[in-house]
Amino acid sequence: MTAITPALLQDTGALRNHVGARQLLSNTLTMAWRGLIKIRRTPEQLIDVTVQPILFTVMFAYIFGGAIAGNVQQYLPLMIPGILVQTVITTSMVTGVQLREDMDKGVFDRFKSLPIARIAPLAGALLTDTLRYAIATTLTFATGWVMGYHPAGGFGAVVLAGLIVMLCAWSLSWIWAFFGVIARSASSVQGISMIVLFPLTFLSNAFVPADSLPSWLRAFANVNPVSHLVTAVRDLANNGQLGMAAVWAVLGGVVVVATFAPLTVRAYMRKA
Amino acid sequence: MVSTTRPTELAIEARGLVKLFGSNRAVDGVDLTVRTGTVYGVLGPNGAGKTTTISMLATLLKPDAGSAKIFGFDVGTESQIVRQLIGVTGQYASVDENLSGTENLVLFSKLLGLRGSAPKRKAAELLEEFGLTEAARKPLKSFSGGMRRRLDLAASLIAQPPLIFLDEPTTGLDPRTRGQMWDTIRRLVAGGSTVLLTTQYLDEADQLADRVAVIDKGRVVAEGTSGELKSSVGTAALQLRLSESSDIPSARELIRSTLGVDSVVSEGTGQLTAPMQHADLVTDLLLALRRDNIAVAEISVQQPTLDEVFLTLTGHGTGTPAETEKARRATPELENAR
Repeated sequence: MTAITPALLQDTGALRNHVGARQLLSNTLTMAWRGLIKIRRTPEQLIDVTVQPILFTVMFAYIFGGAIAGNVQQYLPLMIPGILVQTVITTSMVTGVQLREDMDKGVFDRFKSLPIARIAPLAGALLTDTLRYAIATTLTFATGWVMGYHPAGGFGAVVLAGLIVMLCAWSLSWIWAFFGVIARSASSVQGISMIVLFPLTFLSNAFVPADSLPSWLRAFANVNPVSHLVTAVRDLANNGQLGMAAVWAVLGGVVVVATFAPLTVRAYMRKA
Repeated sequence: MVSTTRPTELAIEARGLVKLFGSNRAVDGVDLTVRTGTVYGVLGPNGAGKTTTISMLATLLKPDAGSAKIFGFDVGTESQIVRQLIGVTGQYASVDENLSGTENLVLFSKLLGLRGSAPKRKAAELLEEFGLTEAARKPLKSFSGGMRRRLDLAASLIAQPPLIFLDEPTTGLDPRTRGQMWDTIRRLVAGGSTVLLTTQYLDEADQLADRVAVIDKGRVVAEGTSGELKSSVGTAALQLRLSESSDIPSARELIRSTLGVDSVVSEGTGQLTAPMQHADLVTDLLLALRRDNIAVAEISVQQPTLDEVFLTLTGHGTGTPAETEKARRATPELENAR
């Protein structure tokens, strides 16, 4: 009986009408913990960051390697950074899809009725997703390694390249989170994300050298932020150089976050 | 920081709450006053605005007009404080499908600020309390409806809130599980909690609530104790089916002489229905029937249903707003019964 005896309303002075930074952090970590349990319960939701990087890396290398670079070995330094960026960025759209599914569930009503930081479910989801990016990044480089890709830039440069890709994917996930908040169904979020991502990742220098493209397409590929990110990864992994491309890529990510984080948070708070 | 002295005699004080969904006035000027330490029932059919009203009181929805205070704290401007004082159990269990019973309770305990080993201890304690220990490790997908509701209620009680909202806590449950839920709610109240519960069932309001508000089309159409409510609705009905339909006229005559009321014969089944004001008089009727050798095939007592409550209070089952207006004017005596 002790468990359901209510606290009597004696000291209302301990009640506060705002959430402090410590509680925000604690709530966010708890929400991320919930995300991890969900992954453990349904490991199949990791397919896009486990099977897909391996499958696509092997497929693309053997299909296009001969045609584009003469042989598979010479294609790998061009293609591994490309496929890495494509895989990790594509997986970022899961954020929006899962957020929509989550917000439609009954448990979200309870979150709303709890005295927690309103933004914690969103922040926790974005945090958990960095794990997905880390898995995809690691597996893509590992597959490349097995196929004979030994980045000349060295281990440190590869890790830095991976971190930049993860940062950019995390930035983009704010866009999908925004659609996740405002869209009516999870499948429409997926649809919107695909329409944006598919051209963006393919109309770039990810799989072919940009100068092999017709001029109008090359113009687009050259300004495409995905191209900058791919170039940044190539510079780092293959040459150990941190160039302007990396600066553009990170700057692009910052701009996206600066634009979409307030939009998403505002739309989210209106619904949450 | 807020002032420490607030009037806490009233757990809920709502004035003129309105919520619009498009052009639909889901809640259309609801007033509610709930005293601390009581169980308050909100009775109404599907779509009457019960859940929307609770959602506004529980800070899940912003009212389009009107105001509400929980223990003196405004749901709009002091929502974060209100959330520290309430527990909400929804119509559809609001727990995480992908997590086990224990994980759900640990999650909510952590969110509510329990640290270290406290969340696990709290979870075990509540699972034990609600008879869910065996299901602690199972994912929720394998839970029955009753188990989900109990886990949902358990999750609402982690912070031991002084006010608990129960939105249709027994809708869709089988009678046995329903009884268990009632027991749990009674124990909760015995512990000093204030409870606001919504229901579609008159007997549930009758069993649990100290006071009841009947809500229809987003408006409170009657308010009072369940006794006052029931006496306004009228009486239970005695239903008789005779072995020989040729006995019907003489049986009706006996009902008139013993119960002092006219009975209705339903066509086809030949069933007799008579209002039963005093149960004691039924003994006389049965003795009279035996004396006159009238054989009874079936006998039952029909309690007033929510439909009849509505018919009496509003003059319609699910009719038009114009009729509601008329009915509200026609039932001033119950409004005055407050």
